[in-house]
Amino acid sequence: MKRLLFILPVVGFVGLLAVFFLGLGRDPRALPSVFIGKPLPAFATAPLRPGDTGLASTDFQKGEPALLNVFASWCGPCRVEHPVLMRLRQEGVVIHGLDWKEDAPAGLKWLTERGDPYVRAGNDPTGRTGIEFGVAGVPETFVIDKQGRVRYRHVGALTPEDWDQKIGPLMEQLRKES
Amino acid sequence: MRRLLLLTAALVLLAGPAAAVNPDEQLKDPALEQRAHQLSKTLRCVVCQNQSIDDSDAALARDLRIILRERISAGDTDSQAIDYIVARYGSFVQLDPPLRLDTLALWFGPLIVLALGGIGAFVYMRGRSPAAAGALTAEEEADAAEILKSDGAR
Repeated sequence: MKRLLFILPVVGFVGLLAVFFLGLGRDPRALPSVFIGKPLPAFATAPLRPGDTGLASTDFQKGEPALLNVFASWCGPCRVEHPVLMRLRQEGVVIHGLDWKEDAPAGLKWLTERGDPYVRAGNDPTGRTGIEFGVAGVPETFVIDKQGRVRYRHVGALTPEDWDQKIGPLMEQLRKES
Repeated sequence: MRRLLLLTAALVLLAGPAAAVNPDEQLKDPALEQRAHQLSKTLRCVVCQNQSIDDSDAALARDLRIILRERISAGDTDSQAIDYIVARYGSFVQLDPPLRLDTLALWFGPLIVLALGGIGAFVYMRGRSPAAAGALTAEEEADAAEILKSDGAR
C-alpha cells in the first residue's frame, strides 16, 4: 500500500506527459463549428462566374450531401488542395465554392487558370457571408448533409488523407441517410 | 542630464498602449466607441488565438471589430452584441468564459486539483512518524559532550 502511494506521483506525471504529448499533435486552429448539426444560416451571394446564379444556402438542400469549400486566390494552402478538389469533382462529389475576401475577377482568374471544381460558385468580397457561418480563414471545407445541415468543418487544406480517412466516409454515410 | 531624464520620463508616460483599432473604424459617439472598445477586449481573435480582437491586426479581427460597432450602433446591448459573435464563432471566443455546465471543469478544475494536492499533503504529513523528540540516551549524551568539547578545543 505504501509502495503504491509512492509511485502515484510518477504515474500522475507520466499521465500528464501523455496528455501534453497528444496535445502537441492537435491543430489548435481546428475548432469545431458551432453550426454542427444545425442548418447553414440563410445567405445568398453574387456569382463568381459572370452570367451565373451565385451561391445561396438553398443550393444545399437538393437531396445530395455536398461540400462547401471556402477559398481565395491569395491563399497558399488553397493551391495545395485544388488538385484534390478537381479529382473529387471528377468522381462526382458535389462541391460548391465561396470565394472569400476578394473581388470576383481574381477568383475567376484562379478558376480559369487552374480548373473549376465547383458546381455553384459565389463571391464574398467583404467576407461577411463567410462570417455568417463562422469562417476564420481560408481554406475551410464544410460537409453539408441532404437537409442542408452542417455536419463537419475542416480547417486548412484538404489532403487526400483527409478525404480517405474522414470526409469521404462521412459523405458516404450521409448519402445513405434519408 | 537631468533635463534629458525628465524628457524621457515624460515621453514614456505619454506613450499609451498601442491598440490595433484603426481610426477609420472608430465610432463618432465617444460613449458608444468606449463600449465597443471594452467589448472587443473580451473577444478572442480566432486567427491569432491568444489575442483579443482589440489587439489583433488580423483582417478577420478588424471585420469583427467593425461588426461589433455596427451592432452597438444599431442599438444592441453589450450581451446582444457579444451573443451575435458567439452565435457564429462559439463561446471559445469569449476570453471571459461564462459559467455553464460545459465550462465547469474550466472554472473549478484548478480548485479540485488544489484540494486533492492539499489532502494528499495532509495525509502524508500525518502519516510521517514524528521525529524522536528531546531525550537522548546516556550514551548519546556522552558522545555529544565529547564532540562539543573537541570543537571548543579547536
